[in-house]
Amino acid sequence: MADIITVGTLESSDCMVSLKPSKTLEIKIDTIVHEAFYHHIKTVVEKILNEAELKNIHLSLTDKGALDYTIKARLKTAIERFKEANNG
Amino acid sequence: MRFKNLDALLDALSLHDQMSLSFHHHLRNGDAVLNLVLEAILHRGYKDLNLYPSAIFPIHHTIETAIKEGKIHNITTNYINGPVALALKEKGLKGTLKMQSHGGRARAIIEDENTIDIAFIAAPAVDEKGNASGLEGPSACGSLGYVIEDVKHAKTKVLITDYTVSKLDNPQISSSDIDYLLTVDSIGDASGIMSGTLKPTNDPLNLKIARLSQAFLQASGMIQENVSYQSGAGGTSLAITKMFIETLKNQGLTASFFTGGITAQHVQALEAGLVKDLYDVQCFDLTAIESLRKNKAHHAISASDYANPNNTKRKIKDLDIVILGASEIDYAFNVNVTTDSYHTIIGGSGGHSDTAEDAKLTVVVSPLLKARLSLIKKSVSAITTPGEHIDVLITERGIAINPKRQDLLKRFENSPLPIMTIEALQALAYQFTGIPKPTVKPKKIIGTIESRHGQKLDSLYGK
Repeated sequence: MADIITVGTLESSDCMVSLKPSKTLEIKIDTIVHEAFYHHIKTVVEKILNEAELKNIHLSLTDKGALDYTIKARLKTAIERFKEANNG
Repeated sequence: MRFKNLDALLDALSLHDQMSLSFHHHLRNGDAVLNLVLEAILHRGYKDLNLYPSAIFPIHHTIETAIKEGKIHNITTNYINGPVALALKEKGLKGTLKMQSHGGRARAIIEDENTIDIAFIAAPAVDEKGNASGLEGPSACGSLGYVIEDVKHAKTKVLITDYTVSKLDNPQISSSDIDYLLTVDSIGDASGIMSGTLKPTNDPLNLKIARLSQAFLQASGMIQENVSYQSGAGGTSLAITKMFIETLKNQGLTASFFTGGITAQHVQALEAGLVKDLYDVQCFDLTAIESLRKNKAHHAISASDYANPNNTKRKIKDLDIVILGASEIDYAFNVNVTTDSYHTIIGGSGGHSDTAEDAKLTVVVSPLLKARLSLIKKSVSAITTPGEHIDVLITERGIAINPKRQDLLKRFENSPLPIMTIEALQALAYQFTGIPKPTVKPKKIIGTIESRHGQKLDSLYGK
């Protein structure tokens, strides 16, 4: 069983991503721009998880107003580390 | 009459439900007086109080508790930051919240719109005659500009001090205006009063805004002999002021005056002969206080002499350039510095709408993006300053000139600076953020924002 993988920070305009194994796909998004961008962020996250073919994972994203570039970079890094930890 | 005990003072005052109490905010987040007095009055069971603090800071937890317990009727103030803002959003008031400007508050007190029963005046130093000054004592704050109208017009005036001297040379408050004096152990915490050393920004994004602002001011033709200038004490403003002062020096110019909140940077310019006078409503650091003690051309002025629109001698009437901030700005150049984009109060006008209306060139500076939200909206959540008083918006990615300033648009027609429409600047922001889902305006009105002339500018909303 792999540890929880966490990347990113809680600074303004950044986000923190945590991944851990799960029996089903669970996505939890907590963002300070919920009203304006929650659905947009959810679409971005789902697309990357899809591309990485990860289905049995619990993802927690705490967003402090990050742009898409930042969210993608943090999430991709988290996924790489998660895969390394689980295959290793 | 003199007291050494708050309870004895309160016994002597004529207290009643619905009374109006004023406080000043020169001790900022180090103020101990408002909590001390309000707690004791509430403890005696008085209710439906009307509060007139010139500003409310996070330290003012007594107001927060009193709002939650439904003991406050109206609040009239110029600025709110911290838990009181959240309590207002959650619970609202029995009466209403009115947000004024510094000049508007002074006008409303003088013209009897803000009627104050008792002014409780934190006084850093008091002499044996009962004169007061902000220049000495463990809670020295410098200028007492925002309380001068309370001192002149409240029905009852109480000085509260923790430091007594035999004689003050240039008192800012005269004993003849004062009814009672209370001595307490401490009126404040020095670390919360002064902001420490304020430094120009070294954040690359804010520096870019500062450099664009300097280039714009230079090209505007406004930097001339006898130019007058005001800016805030935030990092970006300080960087712009630093560049402004360097320009004066390099071009052999002398400014006529600086107004508003004064910092070490303003003092250095005065002492270098680059500006003739400082008109100070509030000192932001110890260097400013020290300068007010020793420099004859550094003047403490009242809020009315600073910004009251009906005072023809107000200093900002002759202001050339003012640099201001924004929480939001819209297509019509209306600026919000009172709430965030979710209608939570995060500040207030202070001198924003006052100086914007009077200055010949009103410049708003801000990052284009604030944690994924575009600074520019179709319409702002709350109007602090009407767009007709804003001339230009400067962000790190572009400069938008208000179309009502056709003269400026023409002047910058062939400028190498990134001049664009405010709509184009917003489109640029959306390229980075994506298009936000429109927010739903809350229904419950908790208060109003007032112009300095006393007209309603906008509503404030609760949950």
